[in-house]
Amino acid sequence: MEHSGVETISRAHVSIKGTSDGLVIHLGPGDWNSLLIALAEKLDRTPSFFRGGRVALNVGPRQLTASQLETLGTLLSKFQVSLWAVLSDSVETQRAAAEMGLETSLALSRTEHLISEQLNGRERVIADGEPAILVRRIVRSGQSVCHTGHVIIIGDVNPGAEIVAGGDIIVWGRLRGNVHAGSNGNERAIVGALVLAPMLLRIAGYVARSPGREDSEAYEQSVVPEVAFVHNGQIVAEPWRATDGLYGDWRADLLRRAANTLSTWF
Amino acid sequence: MGATVITITSGKGGVGKTTATANLSAALAMRGKKVVAIDADIGLRNLDVVMGLENRIVYDLVNVVEGACRLRQALIKDKRIENLYMIPAAQSRDKSAIRPQDMIDVCDQLRPDFDFILIDSPAGIEQGFRNAIAPADRICIITTPEVAAVRDADRVVGLIEAEGKDAPSLILNRLRPRMVQRGDMLDTADVLDVLAIELLGIVPEDEAIIVSTNRGIPVVMENTSRAAQAFCNIAARLLGENVPIMELEEPSPSWLSKIAHLVRRG
Repeated sequence: MEHSGVETISRAHVSIKGTSDGLVIHLGPGDWNSLLIALAEKLDRTPSFFRGGRVALNVGPRQLTASQLETLGTLLSKFQVSLWAVLSDSVETQRAAAEMGLETSLALSRTEHLISEQLNGRERVIADGEPAILVRRIVRSGQSVCHTGHVIIIGDVNPGAEIVAGGDIIVWGRLRGNVHAGSNGNERAIVGALVLAPMLLRIAGYVARSPGREDSEAYEQSVVPEVAFVHNGQIVAEPWRATDGLYGDWRADLLRRAANTLSTWF
Repeated sequence: MGATVITITSGKGGVGKTTATANLSAALAMRGKKVVAIDADIGLRNLDVVMGLENRIVYDLVNVVEGACRLRQALIKDKRIENLYMIPAAQSRDKSAIRPQDMIDVCDQLRPDFDFILIDSPAGIEQGFRNAIAPADRICIITTPEVAAVRDADRVVGLIEAEGKDAPSLILNRLRPRMVQRGDMLDTADVLDVLAIELLGIVPEDEAIIVSTNRGIPVVMENTSRAAQAFCNIAARLLGENVPIMELEEPSPSWLSKIAHLVRRG
């Protein structure tokens, strides 16, 4: 949105701008490696200006993998600059950044993202010994919550909202948006919700779609908390029963983990 | 002290922002409040047409912001209702002609002289929307009972919350009780279920609205239609009165038609 500000350095496809949120490196189109070299040259010209600072990266529509971002992070760290956020229109890039624990947000939702961090007390917590974030609000259409660990939402996830987690996703409310648990390929990740009626549910590489509007309405009538997980190569959803953990069947491990995640917080 | 600034917005276009702004402004003025309606839809100005003040325009909002005229010169007084004024949008410019701070400045200048300032927001979530909500003390989201409109409303609620504004309230427009009864239309509960914000009022679908907007006479000025009653009720609620939400069930058959029915059966 507001990338206005004083342009400190500018050259073809690589520019560094000062904004109200600090320095933003813009990498335009072109070969990735040559861009990195051009960036290094820029940083090398006034190293003292950047030293010890933190920067956000804006790559526009470019698709980047986590390893590409890591290379960039290493390059920046050579100049004692730390990368804290990656802005991109590409979902893949956002996901890669989220997996690295970097902040992500689209140009439009950037402010919203920053404010929501401050106002709505998105808390970083530890669930079952693993990192997680706890969001106490309704996640509305157009908003997204991305995290490398588990994501716990206390509130509804509305249609058009997106939750991406490296680990499990637990929604203490109605889940009607899009979710992707185990986004880094963890097939043991689960998605649990009081009302599990997502538009699109993904676990690692598996995808399940909502059965359609008519059905999902009927579905919501019978409100039972459910847990979705991968079983025999497909996503299945089962009513949540805490006692299942006692029988030692094939779900026991999954459900016990879910119970642990929940019991830590509720 | 001074005026309350209320912005009417929706996300989706064509759901009734301008009609609501015109009618609520008129209704509040009829209750003896001094009201100014501002059209923030620069480039697609409509409020003047709906209010029947099109032929009175000399200066507009952009002229004021750019200093081409004094604020007082752009204020059009409605001759039909004491205390009702409007400031039109510019038709030959676009949303980038003004900034959020300009709207805040204009409203701050108007505040001492008015009880209410109503702002008609453009559709969308871009600059025009940001301009419209910037000075708002209170925001009303208007939506129709359609999935797409509700989805957009949800997006807008999220953006407003992220701005740190108070939670908006909801006007549900163009409800068709008969369709709801048949189960062919989302009902009030369905909409509130997703948006989870305070309900300010329900306006039924009413042909009188189309007639009145074409004639440039807000329905509340004639106050015979159901829609007029609904807008008057909303205005009363904005004044802090406790008016119950209108019953929109079909009027029960009159005693005469009941007898006719019995006779026919007998």
